[in-house]
Amino acid sequence: MATTFAHRVCPDTGLKVCRNAEALIKANAVVAIVFLAIGGLFGLLVALTRWPAVHILPADLFYLALTAHGADILIFWIIFFEIAILYFASAVLLNCRLATPRFAWLAFALMLVGALMGNVAVLQGESSVMFTSYVPMQAAPHFYLGLILFAVGALIAVFVFFGTLVVAHQEKTYEGSIPLVTFGAVAAAIIAVYTIASGAIILIPTFLWSVGLIGEIDTLTYRVVWWGLGHSSQQINVAAHVAVWYAIAALTVGSKPLSEKVSRMAFLLYIAFLPIASAHHLLTDPGLSSEFKIFNTSYAIYLAVLASMIHGMSVPGAIEAAQRRNGFTQGVFGWLRNAPWGNPAFSGMFLSVVMFGFVGGISGVVLGTEQLNLLMHNTLYVTGHFHGTVAAGTTLAFMAITYLVIPLIFRRELILKRWCKWQPYLFGIGTFGISMLMMGAGTLGVSRRHWDMTFSDATLSFDYPPAAFLMMGLNGIFAVLATIGGIMFVVIVVGSVLAGKSRDAEAAKTSPIIFQGGGATIAGHGGEATLKLPGTVTLVTVFFISFVLYYFVNWKFLSEVWPLS
Amino acid sequence: MVDQDNSPQQGAPADGDDERVPPMQAILDNPFLLLFIGVAVPAVFYTIWGIMEIAAIPIAK
Repeated sequence: MATTFAHRVCPDTGLKVCRNAEALIKANAVVAIVFLAIGGLFGLLVALTRWPAVHILPADLFYLALTAHGADILIFWIIFFEIAILYFASAVLLNCRLATPRFAWLAFALMLVGALMGNVAVLQGESSVMFTSYVPMQAAPHFYLGLILFAVGALIAVFVFFGTLVVAHQEKTYEGSIPLVTFGAVAAAIIAVYTIASGAIILIPTFLWSVGLIGEIDTLTYRVVWWGLGHSSQQINVAAHVAVWYAIAALTVGSKPLSEKVSRMAFLLYIAFLPIASAHHLLTDPGLSSEFKIFNTSYAIYLAVLASMIHGMSVPGAIEAAQRRNGFTQGVFGWLRNAPWGNPAFSGMFLSVVMFGFVGGISGVVLGTEQLNLLMHNTLYVTGHFHGTVAAGTTLAFMAITYLVIPLIFRRELILKRWCKWQPYLFGIGTFGISMLMMGAGTLGVSRRHWDMTFSDATLSFDYPPAAFLMMGLNGIFAVLATIGGIMFVVIVVGSVLAGKSRDAEAAKTSPIIFQGGGATIAGHGGEATLKLPGTVTLVTVFFISFVLYYFVNWKFLSEVWPLS
Repeated sequence: MVDQDNSPQQGAPADGDDERVPPMQAILDNPFLLLFIGVAVPAVFYTIWGIMEIAAIPIAK
């Protein structure tokens, strides 16, 4: 039986909100956004430096900024926010208390200390080893120690999440299976365990090496194990932001998945096969066989790609089904035209779905194909790809749900409503441009991390095509656009939390922010029970045609740069 | 391949436990079994396989 615990009943969703979970969601979300702001500004400096006409930073500061940008965005922003999602998806959606809140606070403290320590180490200038921190480049010991503390904290938080699932199960606070959004969070948490374990296996000896207790770290082994952390950490994002897509679709238009069973199976494919995509970073490494490379990047990962395509069809399909049920039945795209585009939660989510699929997804499959990978391995194409997944996909999805978290969890009204409406579009267009232009420049050979694409101080000169310079200039402009979108987001969030009008129970009736019954939908079960979705079928057809064309264009390109006769 | 609409009450197993839970659902309902799968598969096919291949590289003379 359910035990009593300190909670409130959300007047908007009708869900029980455990007070401990609520406080921890707030703390993790706030700190996440602080690191997003810091990491985003470092990202702007990186983009302005790679803009040949601006070239704002000298080499040493460029690599410092690149390291800080990578760590703050790819690790600290994302994982702090994901921990907030885990607590929401467990304690709130399962109507139960959070397990071991003291351990959850310990986890938060360790993560915060670790993140601050990592940032201090980078800003001191002795740890400009970039996100990958490949050995034999050596950072200051407290850089590695910071990452280890952060990882330990995150692991504790993940097990608080699993503990909360056990509490909910034992206290019978839900019936049947856990809700789909919680199941997506389970997938994210499981991938996080593998990710953090990989990090511990490689970062602890690397820390000992940095303090002189170990003589050397094998570079090939480091790369294999480190990418179990580096790429899998971004796979946590994929599972988490797909869960967020389902959550926002339920809360904004009242949609259920097309088939809950199929969506769960897709998450199962993520759990089993998504982390092994790490191998695509090793496709040119000597010492690893083609069998290892092809199995991990092609055969098995295609099952994870299949899962993403299932979600990519299920989410817009569910929205179409819900919109048609809500009365928007005109034509093929009447449901889409009449979607709540002025609601930043919805617009951010939908842009995230589209850009993750078209930009991040398609480019990811191309990069994961061993032969095609040779066209753009370690070029700026890789950076373009993961800005399509992490910035345009994950970050935009997390921004979108923040527009619901502020009124539902912080109980504050959003300020600057007009800014809220435009922010997802500005950030979305900015990150879309960044992704496409970096991929374009990468296709022309521009290297992934070089400070100066003119090679002005190199002994042997090399000239990229003029189009590459044009693309890098445009990339800088889109980076400025994305930064403006990011600054707007931070101003809205900070302003709303500190100065937003308190949202009382009456506001839930007079100015509802979620679809009627959305709270029950997100915590419940069932599918839309229809496949009469002409709009989604059209969108998916466009996606597949784009996918196939782009895939084969790259094979054609490969045949031209690598003649066999 | 579409689900029937089953509310939480409808989707729950019968209280008498006489309704057999399908094996796949039993797997999906067990987060710790999923945790094992999610750690074991990449650990075997990526981490261990990769390290074994590197360890098998002959040392240069």
